[in-house]
Amino acid sequence: MNPVNYLQILQLAAPETILTLTVLVVLGADVTVMRGKSIAARFNVGALLSILGCASAAVFAFTRLTHLQEFNLFNGLLVVSPSSDFVKVALLVLTIFTILISTSGKFTDHVGEYLSLILLGTIGLMFLVSTEDLLMVFIALEFASLALYILTAFNKHNEKSAEAALKYFLFGGMSAAFLLFGFSLLYGISGSTNLREIAIGIAGKGFDPLLLVALVTAVIGFGFKVAAVPFHLWAPDAYEGAPTPSAAFIGSGSKVASFYILAKIFTLGFVGAEGSAAYHNFLSGWTPVIAIIAALSMVLGNLTAIVQSSVKRMLAYSAIAHAGYMLLGVLSNTPASASAMMFYVITYALTTIGAFGVVTVVEEATGGDAIKNFAGLSKRAPGLSLCLMVFLLSLGGIPPLAGFIGKFFLFSAVVSAGANLGLLWLVILAIAMSAVSFYYYLRVLKAAYVEDAAAEAPPIKVPLLTFLALALLALLVILIGVAPGLLTQYL
Amino acid sequence: MLAWTIYITFIGVLVLMFLPRDNARAARIVALLTAIAGCVVAFVGAIQQANPGDVTTIVKAPWIPSIGANYYLAADGISLVLVVLTGLAAVSGILFSWNIEKRTKEFFAFYLALIGGVYGVFLSFDVLLLFVFYELTIIPKYFLIARWGSTRKEYGAMKLALYSFVGSHLVLIGLIAAWVVARGQLGHASLDLIELSKVAFPIAFQHWVFPLVFVGFAILAGMWPFHTWAPTGHVAAPTAGSMLLAGVVMKLGAYGCLRVAMVMFPEGVRMWQGEIACLAVAGIVYGAGVALVQRDFKFVIGYSSVSHMGFVLLGLATLNTIGLDGAVLQMFSHGIIAGLLFGVVGRMVYDRTHTRDFNDLETMQLGKLIPFAGVTFVIAGIASMGLPGFSGFVAELQVLMGAWTVFPKLTILSGVGILIGVAYTLRAVQKGFYSDAPPKPVDHDHPLEPISMPERFGAVMLIGASLIIGLFPGLLMNWIEPCFNSPLSMFARLLVKGGSQ
Repeated sequence: MNPVNYLQILQLAAPETILTLTVLVVLGADVTVMRGKSIAARFNVGALLSILGCASAAVFAFTRLTHLQEFNLFNGLLVVSPSSDFVKVALLVLTIFTILISTSGKFTDHVGEYLSLILLGTIGLMFLVSTEDLLMVFIALEFASLALYILTAFNKHNEKSAEAALKYFLFGGMSAAFLLFGFSLLYGISGSTNLREIAIGIAGKGFDPLLLVALVTAVIGFGFKVAAVPFHLWAPDAYEGAPTPSAAFIGSGSKVASFYILAKIFTLGFVGAEGSAAYHNFLSGWTPVIAIIAALSMVLGNLTAIVQSSVKRMLAYSAIAHAGYMLLGVLSNTPASASAMMFYVITYALTTIGAFGVVTVVEEATGGDAIKNFAGLSKRAPGLSLCLMVFLLSLGGIPPLAGFIGKFFLFSAVVSAGANLGLLWLVILAIAMSAVSFYYYLRVLKAAYVEDAAAEAPPIKVPLLTFLALALLALLVILIGVAPGLLTQYL
Repeated sequence: MLAWTIYITFIGVLVLMFLPRDNARAARIVALLTAIAGCVVAFVGAIQQANPGDVTTIVKAPWIPSIGANYYLAADGISLVLVVLTGLAAVSGILFSWNIEKRTKEFFAFYLALIGGVYGVFLSFDVLLLFVFYELTIIPKYFLIARWGSTRKEYGAMKLALYSFVGSHLVLIGLIAAWVVARGQLGHASLDLIELSKVAFPIAFQHWVFPLVFVGFAILAGMWPFHTWAPTGHVAAPTAGSMLLAGVVMKLGAYGCLRVAMVMFPEGVRMWQGEIACLAVAGIVYGAGVALVQRDFKFVIGYSSVSHMGFVLLGLATLNTIGLDGAVLQMFSHGIIAGLLFGVVGRMVYDRTHTRDFNDLETMQLGKLIPFAGVTFVIAGIASMGLPGFSGFVAELQVLMGAWTVFPKLTILSGVGILIGVAYTLRAVQKGFYSDAPPKPVDHDHPLEPISMPERFGAVMLIGASLIIGLFPGLLMNWIEPCFNSPLSMFARLLVKGGSQ
């Protein structure tokens, strides 16, 4: 066994280290220098520090991306590869945007804690994407989830926030138990916690009942994390009750990392137990299980979103539906579909943060997030409603926005994956459901562009920093849609 | 050169976005100048094109290499006809909406965005690019109707948007499946229409994928029984909106059927030829019959659009050169005439009288109050009935000639549709303008506003276009015919078997 080279570990984990230091600085600054200052000032300074930290970590990870070789430390505990590195960059960028849209928030006076929890959550997610070991997966996942639970509960003046957090926490705890149970069975079957060794361990043993239980519990655990039907019940409440920037974080960064590791666990760890989800050719394995969950998520998410009157709840159900589309990328199990899925998740995450950012501003100005609160937005805040239009249309999959091209990549990769167009039935379902989704996105836009606000409604003042962030996000969504090569070259 | 139709139009949108909010006059002028510039470019570019029978590339640059998508703009004779139509429709639509006072700048921004998308569809020879432009038109359509429309505008707008979206998603399913199969055959990913037009998709595959893609596009062309968005959408839309819907948007659907569905899946067309023809004729007769009993003036025109678009689809289903020629010419002709009819009803009549109900209009003697509108409507009606001398005659005649050789019985049925067409047009002329019902006392305090100059210009322009093409159909036929006649064209596979070859 080689002696542990701490310098190498530090180098490989430098982005995480930078972020950890940033957490300390942000916390320290908030309790010392910024003490007694106004909340807005504390938010601005704290956000500046956090963004500096995230940006330098992102720049570090990005610059080493091109010449990075795959490092595998401690038998898969820490794996650094170009793909995991790029996902980390994406996570950091998403965190930066989340922080930017939080700065105008008035829901808390614990600024330092709020920002550092977002950063801590990000650190957890970054570790999550750079491991191939079940133990580490569990630890990182729980680390990130704890931060998310607290972030959900952060609005102490709102009962809904507490309720949402409790619900999220209880469901989360349960799913963690399932996950751990599944992992322990896998360890029992294969004698290892490393994904590649597990694959070797279960190979040739056929599809024994123990493996089935392990598989199902793992699916339950991750189904909860990505809010797939029927493990989605926490999501609408959490999205609605949580402070909006927290909801944005749950819907973006956490989604990206969860999907990355979900695909990794199933494609690496369950080699040989794929089964088949092809039409007329079902074989037991993990792909048909995921196919069913994906189909349910797409149908239920989209249909339930139609009847929501709260935009945040609608976004939650749309998140469930989108999780369904993304799961298609997981189950088709080819390199092309995996990268198409990552493209989809990342663009989805950018768009979602944007949508939540707009909701934050509208909520602050009108006191609610119901669709009727958006009435006349195009007159009260033309720039903001233009951004909203870009985000919602991208979520609905209208070209030339990122959401459309993501869907095209994803669906074409899924169809190519099954022999004889076997997976086409899932894609047909997905496309049909995405046609449904157009209706509820359009409903919000209708309020913003067609309906008139109450006569005395004044123009909405959009905080400059938030507006810049949203405009940048909207530009990114358009840019990625028009020139997807910018993103695909790294995936 | 032709690509500038797209760019100019979208530049116009950008300029409008940065205009001050309350300067309606500036917005109108910018919009009109943009549309005229686009129209002039379309004309000049079309005339300059040397070989209308060949596909002349305008731009071809790699766009998303991993899936074989190119930024590929090109034009053949059919594109030229439709681009010119779009130019004319764009200009006349703006002339007929000169009186929009409510949020003028946004109105014209959405309007031009729609036009830009339409130009894009007609010039794209990459399927994905075509699809992108195609979907790009949905959103402006929705807002134009929902915000500036009239009768049940939100219902009509949402219905249209959902129908379009569902249709385009049917197309998307077909395209993705075809992309995968074509990649298997070609050995590389491709979305190039010319390349795809040479791929021999398996027969069994074509059998189910063709109807998917064809119906997806045909929904927007108003194919019966998926036409129900058309009357409600047309009625709800503001004048310029209905002019564009009938004038160019329905053509998008028909164009997609021809350029994508039929070209890619020729065996599929042959298998479904009869069914398409039946639906087309059903649309012709049904649309005409329903138009005959409407009380709302605009519904008459709305259903007549369904009927006339039936001829386009019938022409497509013939799969012989004369029928296809007629179909394309009918797209142009109907675009002009329906635009004019909607202009008269929506702008000249409804905006002045605030009613479209025949029972009210009968008592108004509009033929005397606004004689220009009456005369224009009579001329447009004559053109719409398909009397010789106007473009509709040449187009429908060719469609019927083409159809006669393939579906004689259906052709006779569609002749009935033409007869009903004469009836509903005459009824509309009589009830709308020259009724002999006892007039109500005229309210002298509120005389009808006289017909304005922009309206006169718009009307004269459209009548002129229909008349010129009616008298000299060769002007357009010289562009259309070579596309179908050349054995090397992308349509060659369609015409190989059967038909009147």
